[in-house]
Amino acid sequence: MEVIWFWLVAVMIVMYVVFDGFDLGAGIIHPCIARTEAEKRQVLRSIGPVWDGNEVWLLAAGGTLYFAFPALYASAFSGFYLPLMIVLWLLMARGISIEFRNHIDSPVWKPIWDSLFSVSSTLLAVFFGAALGNVVRGVPIDMNGYFFEPLWTDFRLGKESGILDWYTVLVGLASLLTLTTHGALWVAVKTDGDLQFRSRRMAEITWWGVVGSTLVLTLVTFQVQPHIPDRLKQEPWGMIFPVIALTGLAGVRWYLHKKEDTRSFLSSCLYILGMLTSSVFGLYPYVLPSNSDSSLSLTLYNAAAPAYGLRVGLVWWFIGIFLVSVYFIYTYRSFAGKVQTEESGGY
Amino acid sequence: MDSALALHRFQFAFTVTFHYIFPQLTMGLALLILILKTIALRTGDELYHDSARFWAKIFAINFAMGVVTGIPMEFQFGTNWARFSRAAGGVIGQTLAMEGVFSFFLESTFLGLFLFGEKRLTPRGHWFSAFLVFLGSWLSGFLIIATDAWMQHPTGYRLGPNNEILLDSFWGLLFNSWVGWQFVHNMLGAVVTASFVMAAIGAFYLLSGKHLAYGKAFLRLSVPVACISTILMLFPTGDGQGKNIALSQPVTLAAMEGLFNTREGAPLVILGQPDMEKARLDNPLEVPRMLSFLTYRRWKAQVRGLDVFPKQDWPDNVPLLYYSYHIMVGLGTIFIGVTLLASWKLWRGRLFSSKGMLWVILALGPFPYIANTAGWMTAELGRQPWLIYGLMRTRDGTSHQVSAGNTLFTLIGFMGIYAILILLFLLLVYREVDHGPRHEPPVTP
Repeated sequence: MEVIWFWLVAVMIVMYVVFDGFDLGAGIIHPCIARTEAEKRQVLRSIGPVWDGNEVWLLAAGGTLYFAFPALYASAFSGFYLPLMIVLWLLMARGISIEFRNHIDSPVWKPIWDSLFSVSSTLLAVFFGAALGNVVRGVPIDMNGYFFEPLWTDFRLGKESGILDWYTVLVGLASLLTLTTHGALWVAVKTDGDLQFRSRRMAEITWWGVVGSTLVLTLVTFQVQPHIPDRLKQEPWGMIFPVIALTGLAGVRWYLHKKEDTRSFLSSCLYILGMLTSSVFGLYPYVLPSNSDSSLSLTLYNAAAPAYGLRVGLVWWFIGIFLVSVYFIYTYRSFAGKVQTEESGGY
Repeated sequence: MDSALALHRFQFAFTVTFHYIFPQLTMGLALLILILKTIALRTGDELYHDSARFWAKIFAINFAMGVVTGIPMEFQFGTNWARFSRAAGGVIGQTLAMEGVFSFFLESTFLGLFLFGEKRLTPRGHWFSAFLVFLGSWLSGFLIIATDAWMQHPTGYRLGPNNEILLDSFWGLLFNSWVGWQFVHNMLGAVVTASFVMAAIGAFYLLSGKHLAYGKAFLRLSVPVACISTILMLFPTGDGQGKNIALSQPVTLAAMEGLFNTREGAPLVILGQPDMEKARLDNPLEVPRMLSFLTYRRWKAQVRGLDVFPKQDWPDNVPLLYYSYHIMVGLGTIFIGVTLLASWKLWRGRLFSSKGMLWVILALGPFPYIANTAGWMTAELGRQPWLIYGLMRTRDGTSHQVSAGNTLFTLIGFMGIYAILILLFLLLVYREVDHGPRHEPPVTP
């Protein structure tokens, strides 16, 4: 039961990063590639009808984490208090800037929201990466299963770790490069003309960054969290996850070269899937490792809710996710195709 | 109370109160827009299509505010109430996760289609997307009420060997005996808000002398809806909730009614200020024996006062609870009176020319927000000193490793951000109202 939910929560987190990741990416590249008012509206329209539904994956994943692993939810959310609050504020800023930007046609109003849109999207990409870095690196969990980390201490790894240290910042940067590429590919799919050309170009450049950061980060992570390479030695079938990631990474480049944007974007989805599942596989059975005493780590077993709740949850969860898939397929198909360039109300 | 506990409580109270300003309009307006779309489909009258599109614009601004202020709520259980979450997560995590998986996806995906898909959908398809937004938002309401009802009246659980709370019955959780009245009472409260807002805008247009046909249409729909929903708020739903409180939280009943001493034939207090030092009400205005009758249907029934309960089990702020409750009931009574009169005038064809009545309707527009807030304060202050009634006290549920300093920082952050957001909200809604409904084809994304 616990193992099933461990993977289901992981799937929901992957869904969130794949879907809202391109919303964030669109925000990150917005100031660079959209030069005119019409182009800015186009970028916004490419995510406009779907960003809110995409963001719901985060809430659904959080809620699922709450009922399946309440000790992890309680420990992680209170321990990461300040950065989590900052993430909440950034999510608010991102959402408001998308929804309110086009309400007033003014050269004072719009640039405020454009800036807020790109700054909040950028910081969110970095913070989410740093969050993953913290989970991989481990945190100072006490005997009661709780911890509290300040935003930073001395940026070094050690007993007195901070949320931001050189490792987690590195993961944050890798996340930024990944989501920038991901967003650029989505915008390329949804637009044409200059906008598409610039998005493709952006993805081509940042792809190199993703390659570099993947290499560096893999090597560094093996040092920082030796449990991960141990896992690969114990269960070599787990190599499938990094292989998926690398296939995706190669696919991005291959299809960009052939100007097949949709396949390139889907390869990016595959890369994200592979990277996140590699982390999850590598950490198993830990859900939140301790960076001091490994007996204090939270595992999927000691953090899980009792069996009855997990069993009952499976029934409604599958029904729910089936419905969600139907809605998503329906919505994305309804809004398929290139974003129109004519001026109109709404986005 | 130590400062960290006070700050955790205040932050949650502040953020949830601000958040709920928006979902109450969302849930009520989703129903009214659905009615407008239904009339439009049946009659083919473009006025109703245009009305639905106008209200959809306001709905969109309101919904966005609800989403952004709602995200902190799900996470705040973990950030500020970690001990509670660890203990109760296996139970209420179910309803909160279901809210994410069922309601939020449903509302968010179909809102996009409702707002921007009118051209791509058939008229029936568009109606259906409006219906799904309504369904999603009301399902959200149900799941949140189920969560709160469990905290007020825990069911469907058993205690494990270390006194840990274990979910025992999924249906027992969803259909807790409190849920019925609490859900209907809460949803009707949302309908009151939406109908009063629509009526106020309708009155505004008539008084300003513009968009007259629309103003009349808004009033024709909202005034009867307001009248029915305000009456149902009092009886049977408010009465039903009161009975549940009398049964399961008798000390709360005593506190909210200002009953310091146990009485047979207890009076219903209309006015009066609780003096906690002297344990009495100052200058009370009472209806003799009415509380006994309302609670137990017997004029001479004994109602327990605060005196028979240990002080540690009293809600920790009796005056605030008392005032919240009386503000809610007082406003609710005024709403019933006004909407009955307005409905009668509407029926007699005299509402649109009745300037006095239109001014009252316009002025009352914001008041359901106060009434709904007062109602929730009654529920949550009434639950004190318990976080989970009878199982966990509020002071034992906090994140004890999150210091007062950190909580104060985030509280100030929220207050600042929300101050800006409410100004933006009012500005944007005002602009839409001022521009008014117009006849135009549906928007494209």
